[in-house]
Amino acid sequence: MKQQIILSGTGGQGILFLTRFFADTAMAMGLEVLTSEIHGMAMRGGTVVSHVKVGPFKSPLVREGQADAALILNVQNLLFHKGFVRPGGSIFLNAAEPGDYLSIDATGMAMRSGMPTATNLILLGYAIGQNKLFCTIDAARDVLKKLSPRAQVALNLNGFDLGLAGG
Amino acid sequence: MKKSDQRMLMGNEALGRGLFENGVSLVASYPGTPASEVLASVVTFSRESDQPIHIEWSVNEKAAFEVALAHSYTGKRAAVAMKQVGLNVASDPFTRAAYLGTKGGFVVIVADDPGPHSSQTEQDSRLFAHFAKIPVLDPSSPREAKELVGRAFELSEQYEIPVMIRPTTRVCHARQNIMCAKPEPLARQALFEKNPSRWSATPQFIYNLHKLLNEKIDNISGEPRFAPIAYSRQLSKHRRAVVASGVAFAHAYELLEDMGLLTEVDLHQVLMPYPLNAPFIESMGTAYDRILVLEETDSVIEMQLKCANLHGRSSGLIPRQGELTPGIIEEALERFLEKPVPARQPTTTAPGKRPSLCPGCTHRSAFFAIKRTFPKGIFPSDIGCYTLGMNMGAVDTCHCMGACISQGAGFYHSYAQDGRPVPPIVVTIGDSTFFHAGITGLINAVIQGARFILVILDNSTTAMTGHQPTPHSGIRADGTPAVAISIPDMVSACGVRFIRGCDPNDVPAMSSLLQEADQYCRNEDGGVAVIITKGACLLDKRATKPGRAYVMDVSDACDGCKLCLTHFECPALNFVETQVQGKKPGAKGKVAIDQSICTGCGVCIHVCPKQAFTVVEENATRQ
Repeated sequence: MKQQIILSGTGGQGILFLTRFFADTAMAMGLEVLTSEIHGMAMRGGTVVSHVKVGPFKSPLVREGQADAALILNVQNLLFHKGFVRPGGSIFLNAAEPGDYLSIDATGMAMRSGMPTATNLILLGYAIGQNKLFCTIDAARDVLKKLSPRAQVALNLNGFDLGLAGG
Repeated sequence: MKKSDQRMLMGNEALGRGLFENGVSLVASYPGTPASEVLASVVTFSRESDQPIHIEWSVNEKAAFEVALAHSYTGKRAAVAMKQVGLNVASDPFTRAAYLGTKGGFVVIVADDPGPHSSQTEQDSRLFAHFAKIPVLDPSSPREAKELVGRAFELSEQYEIPVMIRPTTRVCHARQNIMCAKPEPLARQALFEKNPSRWSATPQFIYNLHKLLNEKIDNISGEPRFAPIAYSRQLSKHRRAVVASGVAFAHAYELLEDMGLLTEVDLHQVLMPYPLNAPFIESMGTAYDRILVLEETDSVIEMQLKCANLHGRSSGLIPRQGELTPGIIEEALERFLEKPVPARQPTTTAPGKRPSLCPGCTHRSAFFAIKRTFPKGIFPSDIGCYTLGMNMGAVDTCHCMGACISQGAGFYHSYAQDGRPVPPIVVTIGDSTFFHAGITGLINAVIQGARFILVILDNSTTAMTGHQPTPHSGIRADGTPAVAISIPDMVSACGVRFIRGCDPNDVPAMSSLLQEADQYCRNEDGGVAVIITKGACLLDKRATKPGRAYVMDVSDACDGCKLCLTHFECPALNFVETQVQGKKPGAKGKVAIDQSICTGCGVCIHVCPKQAFTVVEENATRQ
C-alpha cells in the first residue's frame, strides 16, 4: 500500500487538521505514514500545502506529478498545486461550480447548514466517499472522533457525513 | 502508558520525546520557526513521569544556552532548542562551551530552514558546529531525530563535549508514526565539582583546552558508531557514489529507488557531518571515481572529503542557495549518473497568496495610524507577525531580533548631523522581541542621545511561533505563575521619560499621541518617546478577547478606489467586480466585507476617505 496525497488551502482553512487526520487514520489502520507541513509566516492567511505519504516512504515530500490525489480547498489554489497530481490521479476540489474535477461546493454547503468552519470536513467526506483514498469510512469516523476537540466532534462528524452524502 | 507504544509525532515532538526518554532534567528554548514545538512537547511528555524536569521559555537563546550549560556542569542531562539564527544570539557561550566542555550530557538542537520558509537567513548551522569544533548530527526523518537524541547524550557524556543535533524544516515539521518508550530514570543528584582552571579558564589554560578539544574531535571522527551508513553497497562496477545527509538523503534514496538506480550507484548516509568519519574520508578517494554530495544548506561534508572528481556545490551541479527539493536532486542525479535529462515543464506549483495580518489584528491598526500620521517617516521594524506591516508600507527595515531600536538610533544620528530637520522615525517592535534583544538597544539609544518614537506592539504573547508566554505574561512554559515584568517599568529604567499607552484601534487617539511623541522628540530636552499599544492576539487561546464591537457594512459611497485594500489590507475586505447601471464610467466594482472572518473591530471606519464603511449595529457580541 503506497499513496501520496496533497492538501492545499490558505492559512486558517484547516489544512493542518486534515494533515493530522490522514496521518492518524493511516496509523490507526496499521500503515506507515510520513507527512510534511509548513508553519510560521505562511499560516497568516497565506497559501498552505501539506504532503501526506502513506506506506514505506523515506522522503516527506511529494514530487511534482507523483501525487495519487489532492484535496484542494479553494479554486485559486488549483493553479498552484494541481501540478503535484500524476496523470490519472484524483483532484477533489471545493468549488461553487462543477468543472473538470471531482468537485463539491463545500463552502456553500457549510454556510447553508450553519457550519462555516466545516468546509474542510465536507470536502474530506466527499473525497473519502469517492472510494479512491486509502482510508475506510469507519476508520475515518473513529479518527475524527478522537482528533476533534470535544465541543466540535458532532459538528465535524456532521460536516464529514454531509460531504459523504454530497458525492 | 504501555511499555512501548506507537504515536504520531512531528519531528520537533520526536526530538522532545527523545529528550524525555533519555532522562533530560532541564530544557530551555526561545521560540522560533522551525524549532518552536520542541520545548512545548517536553512539557506535555513530562506529565508522564515523576522525575522533575525544569522547562523554560528563556528570554533569549543566549540565556537558554547558559542556563542549560550550568545544568550540565552539575552532571545532569540538559538540552537547548532554537532556530538557526538563535544560535547567532547564543554563539558566545556556544563557542567557548566546546573548549571548556560539559559533564552531564548536553544536546544543542539547532533547526535550520533551507528555502527559507520562515527565517532571515539560510545559514547552515553545521558550519557553525565546525567553526566551534562541536560534533553535529543530521537526522533525515522524525524517527531518526528521536533515535539520535539518545546517541547524542551518550557521545556528549563520553567526550564531555556539547553535541549539536541539526534538523531542517522538513524534518521538524514532518510527522511520522514512531515507537515511544518509557523514560530512562537517571535520578542524578546535582554535583558541581569546582575546577577553576576549567570552568573559569583564563587565557593561560585555553591553549591546553584547545589541544584537548582537537584530540576529542580527532577521536570522535574515528568513532565507528557514527560512521556513514552504506545503503545498497555493492561497490558498484560503475565506481560511483552518492553521499548524502539529512532530508536530502531521504529524497535521494526515494529517487534512486523510483529510478531503479540503487544498483548503479552506492548510497552513503552521513549521520554526523562534522567531524566527518576519518576512515570514510580515507576510503572514498580510492573506492570511487565519481562522488556526488547532497547536503543542506551549504558544503560541510563536501569540504571535508578530500578527493578528486567530487560533485556537488563545488562542481556547480548543486545550487549554492535554496532548499534541495526532490526536483532539484532528481535532475542532479540524472546529470551525475549521465542519464538523459528530460525536458521538464516549467514548474506549475507556485507560492501563491502572500501572508497578511489577521482580520481584527491590532498591529494593523497601529501601522495604519503610524503611516497616516507620518506619510514620509522612516519605519525600522523587527521580527514577528508585525513584519507583515511591510505590506502596508509601514515597515522599512527588518534585520534581526531587536535591531530596529538601534537602527532607529542610527538613522537619527545620520540625519541629525546634517543640520536639517530629521524625518519622523517610528520604530515598531513586538513585546517578546523587545525583551529578547531590544532592551540593550534602548539603553544605548537613550544614553547616546538618539531621538525617535518607539512603538512597542504589546499583544502579550509570542504570536508568530504559536503563542508562547513572554516575560510580562506572568506565566511559565509549564503554566505555573511567574513574576510579570512590567514593560513601562522596564522602559522607564532604560532612561525613557516619555512613556504612554494606547488602544491602537482608536486610530484618531493614536494619531494625536504620535504627534505628541514627535513633538517630544524635537523638544530641547527631548529624547526617545515610547508608546505601548495594547491589544491581545486574536489567535491566542489564553487571551480574553473584546466582544464584537460593530457589525460593519459598505455603503454606496464606495467608489471602488481600493485605498482600503492597499493601505489597510484587511483580509475581510474583498473587491467585488460589479456591472451596476448608472455608475460613472471606470467604476468596475466595490469593496465588500466577508462577514465570516470580519471581527467587527470597526477600524475600517477611519480608513475610507468617502466614509463608505458604515456601522450596522453597535456593541454586537461576538457569535
